[in-house]
Amino acid sequence: MNFAHDNHIYFYGGIHPDDSKALSASEAIKDAPLLDKYTVIVGQNIGAPPKLLVKKGDTVKKGQKIAEPAGFVSVPLHSPTSGTVSALTDIVGVFGTMASAVEITPDGKDEFCELQKLDWETATPEQVLAKIADAGLVGMGGAAFPTAVKLSPPKTKKIDVLIINGAECEPYLTADYRLMIETPERVLRGAAIFAKVLGVKTIMVGVEANKPDAVEKLRNAGADKFGIEVKSLRVRYPQGAEKQLIYALTGRKVPAGGLPMDVGCVVQNVGTCAAAADAVCEGKPLIERVTTVTGSKVARPGNWRLRLGTPISKALELCGGCKDGVAKIVSGGPMMGLAQISLDTTIMKSSSGILVLGRDEVAQYANQPCIRCGKCVDTCPMELMPGPLSLYVENERFDLAEKEHAMDCMECGSCAFVCPSRRPLVQHFKRAKAEIGAMRKARAAGAAAKGGKG
Amino acid sequence: MMILYSILILAGLGLVLGLMIAWTAKMFAVEQDPRVEKVLSMLPGANCGGCGFAGCADFAKALAEGRAEVGGCPVSSKEAKGMIASFLGLAVSDSVRKVAVVLCGGSSSLARKAAEYNGISDCRSANLVAGGAKGCRYGCLGLASCARVCPVNAIEILDGLAIVHPELCIGCGKCVKACPRNLIKLVPENAHVHVFCSSRDKGADKKKVCDVPCIGCRKCVKAAGENEMLVEGFLVRTNYEKPPANDLPVRAGCPTNCLQSGFPLAYLKKQGGMPGEKEEKVA
Amino acid sequence: METNSEVKGSMNLPKQEELLASVSPHIHSGASIRKIMLTVIVALLPACTAGVLFFGLAALKTILLCVAFCVAIEWIWGRLDGRPDDWKDMSAALTGILLALNLAANVPWWICPIGAFLAIGIGKQLYGGIGYNPFNPALVARVGLLIGFPKLMTTWMPSLNMSSASHPLNQYVLDATTCATPLGVAKTAMTRPDTVNDVFSALSAPETYMVYLKGDMPGCLGETSVIALLLGGILLLALRLIKWQVPVAFIGTVAVFTGIVHYFNPAATPGPIFHVLTGGLFLGAFFMATDMVTSPMTNRGALVFGAGCGLITTLIRVWGGYPEGVSFSILIMNALTPMIDRYTAHRPFGTRKKTEEK
Repeated sequence: MNFAHDNHIYFYGGIHPDDSKALSASEAIKDAPLLDKYTVIVGQNIGAPPKLLVKKGDTVKKGQKIAEPAGFVSVPLHSPTSGTVSALTDIVGVFGTMASAVEITPDGKDEFCELQKLDWETATPEQVLAKIADAGLVGMGGAAFPTAVKLSPPKTKKIDVLIINGAECEPYLTADYRLMIETPERVLRGAAIFAKVLGVKTIMVGVEANKPDAVEKLRNAGADKFGIEVKSLRVRYPQGAEKQLIYALTGRKVPAGGLPMDVGCVVQNVGTCAAAADAVCEGKPLIERVTTVTGSKVARPGNWRLRLGTPISKALELCGGCKDGVAKIVSGGPMMGLAQISLDTTIMKSSSGILVLGRDEVAQYANQPCIRCGKCVDTCPMELMPGPLSLYVENERFDLAEKEHAMDCMECGSCAFVCPSRRPLVQHFKRAKAEIGAMRKARAAGAAAKGGKG
Repeated sequence: MMILYSILILAGLGLVLGLMIAWTAKMFAVEQDPRVEKVLSMLPGANCGGCGFAGCADFAKALAEGRAEVGGCPVSSKEAKGMIASFLGLAVSDSVRKVAVVLCGGSSSLARKAAEYNGISDCRSANLVAGGAKGCRYGCLGLASCARVCPVNAIEILDGLAIVHPELCIGCGKCVKACPRNLIKLVPENAHVHVFCSSRDKGADKKKVCDVPCIGCRKCVKAAGENEMLVEGFLVRTNYEKPPANDLPVRAGCPTNCLQSGFPLAYLKKQGGMPGEKEEKVA
Repeated sequence: METNSEVKGSMNLPKQEELLASVSPHIHSGASIRKIMLTVIVALLPACTAGVLFFGLAALKTILLCVAFCVAIEWIWGRLDGRPDDWKDMSAALTGILLALNLAANVPWWICPIGAFLAIGIGKQLYGGIGYNPFNPALVARVGLLIGFPKLMTTWMPSLNMSSASHPLNQYVLDATTCATPLGVAKTAMTRPDTVNDVFSALSAPETYMVYLKGDMPGCLGETSVIALLLGGILLLALRLIKWQVPVAFIGTVAVFTGIVHYFNPAATPGPIFHVLTGGLFLGAFFMATDMVTSPMTNRGALVFGAGCGLITTLIRVWGGYPEGVSFSILIMNALTPMIDRYTAHRPFGTRKKTEEK
């Protein structure tokens, strides 16, 4: 596949998996019918999970706040429909661990609470930011980092470029693509709103070149009017990874261990833009999102607007259920998504896709010895040495792993994708990062204790 | 002639080098507390690291310098500790020998899986992937992280369940740190009755994923002496400060066979004995 | 845990406990050790065919014996070591072929099991099996045999057309079963200043070059045909199974270095084209030095590795005691691989200088 693209700066490595987007790319986004129960997981964002405001038996309106932020890096949570809180319970979350959740039984009216609109063009940036924070926005590409926090960098960091991530480099997923071709003006308006909050003049939307119609729709929807440049990017996974995207569009390298704001950039996902447009212009908090339900084992793949708290089983039923021979259900994309062990797990703000794969197409890990073929070294977009690093982890030499920059791994999975020894490299690095994190904490605690004494 | 020369040269060389070594040994000898050597000989020499020092030699040095206590060694017998203490003129802290026990009875055939796990055979790595895909989120993953760190091979993996053999265990505590689910506890050697469950879920939820959970029925609490069994939420546990008699599992009639003396049900089944009949061997 | 999935019987939903739980990524390129090994074996087929063509059925017998013994030893060792499926990855078969290609076609049959044991047993399994061996197993065997049986390992049989008088190397055939390799001839010639120039120019004539390219000359059964080796090498390069840096640096260094020596002292050694086309250079550069396990992982490291191999090969060929130095040079560079890897390791994205934290 060779698509014309605008960028001339290529990040190192990367892979080119079969994108399998054709399964659901032509399916328009559909609204899901009201269910008889929603189980909204409370901790949906990176940072502190919000504090519950409701108890069992309370009646709630659609869009009513049911939890408030607990700290700076935290977001509120809103009810997906009107009804009663029928239980506060624990369900298996996307990480396979238990997560506390609010069970809401709809009353069938689906009534919104009173929505406060804001004219973003006349409002002050502070007002807009407050509105975004209040709507419970998080990064909808998968990381779920609170958007308002991302939009309020410390005064010392000068932000001059806003990048809108429409790369959608994960195979299979088409949610962002459908969003861009169906409602490009929402995406653009959201981008303009973010730019206003940040006080940024340069806005770029990066779209992988395998979606030329999305580029065109965005351009035709008046990108120029908002002062937004739409760029088509080389098709290469992980083009949509923050650091790689910034590099491809601006040539700036985010320092290792640093954040995009260290090079004056803020990156927002197109889904987040659309949600921000709704939040500010219509006052709608984040209670639903577009999720791609796809994979060779789904009867009818499609893109659905699903409310938070929709169980995966219900989402699959919307698509006509599964075919026989399902081996794996993944929340998110095939490269970075999480394998699910329960069909009762519910849709969260970060659920970009539900993927149902058969046994012959899923990766089967074996952890055979590394044969030092160097494929992982050739593909690692962070320019690490994944093979040797995994050996350090296997031998529990986390000190060496730290020295060899294990913490810079973003778990994109490129190395494991190409590994002929079928080593579950990402699992090794997850372990390393967990252990190094614990080591650093212990070290910091030790240093603090020493400092306290001295 | 040639042979003679060779022999002479080699012998001479040997002599000179030997003298040099002897001289160096004398000149550069490191002053060492002679007691360290003696203490070291009285230590078990397992080099398990359970004391927190880098092996027995380091511990012996620390003892001689007064940086450690004799009781710090988890392996030594009481007599050995007494000998070391009297040799160094120290007080011996009166400690009971401790052994590790895995407080889970959910072997592969007795407990459900949530899904099929495919990945690294290591509990700590597996725990990062969907919680190891075990039905019970508290249960033993059976991937032998504890067994691999055990310096004396006292841990057996039987049907996906780690089992400590107390007669081999030296109580170094390495497995306790290795277990990502914190299932392993160091308990006094004389306590044999254990509740082989660590799940804090409700009884009904536990029964869905496991055949041998503690359902918190308190039968054992009633059968045991006062304060011998403690209730913590939906879980009962042995009071290791005051352990119950070894026949408690028989008297209490635990409905799930979770309460056992010595070994969990999975092990007893394999041994062919009915639960509750193995106390003699254990004790 | 609720059982939503069981309530709705009408919809086909998978059972939870049958789902796979593993880390991301959930898709895979399909690469496997077995596929890599099979591809390399396919790439070696032209060289094997050339060997059989020029040295007859003796070559086929040697290849088959080496493969059979290598796989057998791998199988037995794997069983004893609790890794019963190791032999299925085809790496032992590949080692067997490489070992055979590094032997003269007419070696006695018992050389094959000894070589196989040296390669698989000593060279590979003793270190822990595939992935752990520091040295190329086939070369360990070759060098072991060369030292253990110097006479046998340096007795070469004449190839197909060498007995005809029109063959440029015909004069070096000693009798029906032995003759000298071009490199051997050059080495001997260096010691005789009176005839050296004549010999060198005969070895470097255009028609002799054609012989070298075709491979109709004495030598190890798989190393003689440059064209056949190049065919396989190009396949591996096209499939990106080997790094181009290794053969290019290896062959390039040999060419440049011998060129320099030849330019300053034509009597010291024949010209660079002779050195590139003869001996085991192509076999070594494309198939032995590129062995994944024993060569550097980075592209820069591969350049250093290849250049090092070329340098040592030339040193041995021009000034060393052996006429050929490819195997020795690769083994020496194998030993240096960890160090090369260390000094050519990548600097992670976004780091300016190596930050020594501790």
